[in-house]
Amino acid sequence: MALSGGGPHESRALADLAAQGRPRLVHDRRSSRRELVRSVVIAVASSVVFFGVLGWIIVNSSGWPEVRQAFLDERIFWSSLPATLAGFVTNIQLFAIAEVLILVLGLLLAVMRSLPGPAFFPLRFLATLYVDVFRALPGVLVIFMLGFGIPGLAIAGLPVDPFPYAVLTLTLLYSAYVSEVYRAGIESVHPSQEAAARSLGLNRFQALRYVIVPQAIRRVIPPLLNDFIGLQKDTVLVSFLGVVEIFRTAQITNAATFNFTPYLDVALVFIVITIPLARLTDWLVERERRGRASGGLR
Amino acid sequence: MRVTSRFVGLVVAAVMLAACTGAAASPSTSTAAPATQPPASASAPAASPSPSADACGKGSLKLTTAGKLTIGTDNPAFPPYFDPDPKDPAWQLGNPKNGKGFESAVAYAVADKLGFSKDEVTWVVVPFDNSFKPGKKSFDFDLSQISYDPVRAQAVDMSDGYYFVNQSVVALKGSPLASAKTVADMKAYKFGAQVGTTSYNTIVTTIAPSKAPAVYDTNDKVVQALKVKQIDGLVVDLPTAFYITGAQLPNSVIVGQFPNVTGATAEHFSLVLQKGSALTPCVNAAIAALKADGTLDQITKEWLSDKASAPVIQP
Repeated sequence: MALSGGGPHESRALADLAAQGRPRLVHDRRSSRRELVRSVVIAVASSVVFFGVLGWIIVNSSGWPEVRQAFLDERIFWSSLPATLAGFVTNIQLFAIAEVLILVLGLLLAVMRSLPGPAFFPLRFLATLYVDVFRALPGVLVIFMLGFGIPGLAIAGLPVDPFPYAVLTLTLLYSAYVSEVYRAGIESVHPSQEAAARSLGLNRFQALRYVIVPQAIRRVIPPLLNDFIGLQKDTVLVSFLGVVEIFRTAQITNAATFNFTPYLDVALVFIVITIPLARLTDWLVERERRGRASGGLR
Repeated sequence: MRVTSRFVGLVVAAVMLAACTGAAASPSTSTAAPATQPPASASAPAASPSPSADACGKGSLKLTTAGKLTIGTDNPAFPPYFDPDPKDPAWQLGNPKNGKGFESAVAYAVADKLGFSKDEVTWVVVPFDNSFKPGKKSFDFDLSQISYDPVRAQAVDMSDGYYFVNQSVVALKGSPLASAKTVADMKAYKFGAQVGTTSYNTIVTTIAPSKAPAVYDTNDKVVQALKVKQIDGLVVDLPTAFYITGAQLPNSVIVGQFPNVTGATAEHFSLVLQKGSALTPCVNAAIAALKADGTLDQITKEWLSDKASAPVIQP
């Protein structure tokens, strides 16, 4: 969906990339066009030379046949793909559930930290402490503490299955990061906005709810997607608790065959879902920028 | 996850089919070779010609470090394969350097046959993944209960077996699984195993339970999961099962072991060497010599004899 307008936009971006560093002295249209063609030709030629030499060095190195067999075994690639995809279903469930919780909890924490005045000190303190602690803790530690620790308490009614603990771990860790992203967004909104809102008769909460947060969120969509992609990859943490997800599936084949190609399957799956997300972010940002440039306040 | 196990099942079925047709072509091996194992000829190192004494002379060996035999194993190294050493903080659970424990004793015995004294042996830590990564290895040979598999042997050299291993099931005392006598009794339970182990294969192919197995990074984590009842039972090799029930989780019990398969295709531990290593025929000759003069039997008896008896799980 996001890619619909991406075609021409992309090629222009590539041409810009190729032409970077070109002195913009001549503004005559024909000569600038000639220069563009020249830049593209040079960029293509130097790329061919650079990647050609790099490839030649790799392919002709003494260890290449062994490395190729270990990482690029076509037969293993195709045979492990179905299991890899089946394992990925668990990861999708994990990040889909966790992301919703993270966005809500992160916003809550950011708003707590942004509350002004001495009366809200305890809330600010708690939010700050939470963010400090959960950003610092290694994920492995948290997932073991929750996933093995809580069931270890043997409290009746609490789940034994590791999946909810994986969701909880990811939510705790990522909401700390995401709350800081939100906070940066909230603080980037000029104070005059709040002043204007208050002067219109909105109270502090309404100003936050209707004026500041909507602007803040729109500004932080790219870094939020950044964290979302990070979250997707961190779902492999659940494998520490024995859940057979995408990474563990690959690891099982890796150990059974002494071959690393199954990890290539994993990489491919993540690339396939990450790149469309990145383009979607670009498109959202572009739309936002254009919207603002045309003076719309939507 | 159900799809995963079904896929694995499919692959296993395909392998079995291939093995069966292979066996049908050569009737002489069809009775001896179990369906899941490839024909005996797949254990390539065994088939390689015995080396001349010269090629395996201490001076003519190409070693990682000249004059030293560098042996790799994982750390932590566990009993009964290695023996604990509270004095060496680097190898707390099992210290390969003291010659105690089954694999440490085997390593020094192989070194001795190759002509290396105890002082001429150095140990390096080799995590499981590193034992088969491409490129130059940091060890001359590696041993850490790595089971022979013909597919694995495409990536590294794997020596002849030095121990034929049985897989076993461990459960919590008094749990329903603890009283299971047959494979059929075990179908309904959730099992766990360490990733990359033949124990995992045992769950998938031999037990084939209705619940997808849980797979952990290390046996410690499997034990932890059993402790907090996230799994009903775990599968490990029998000597490790004795360590788990004896030291790690006293509240657990060995439910039983899977019947031993004999012959060249039985599951066995192999030394891992660089693919095409000139040392491979030499360590095979050393293992053969240790078998012939009874040293290997004696080492096995010393470290594992009390760790070999457990009720046999009926199919």
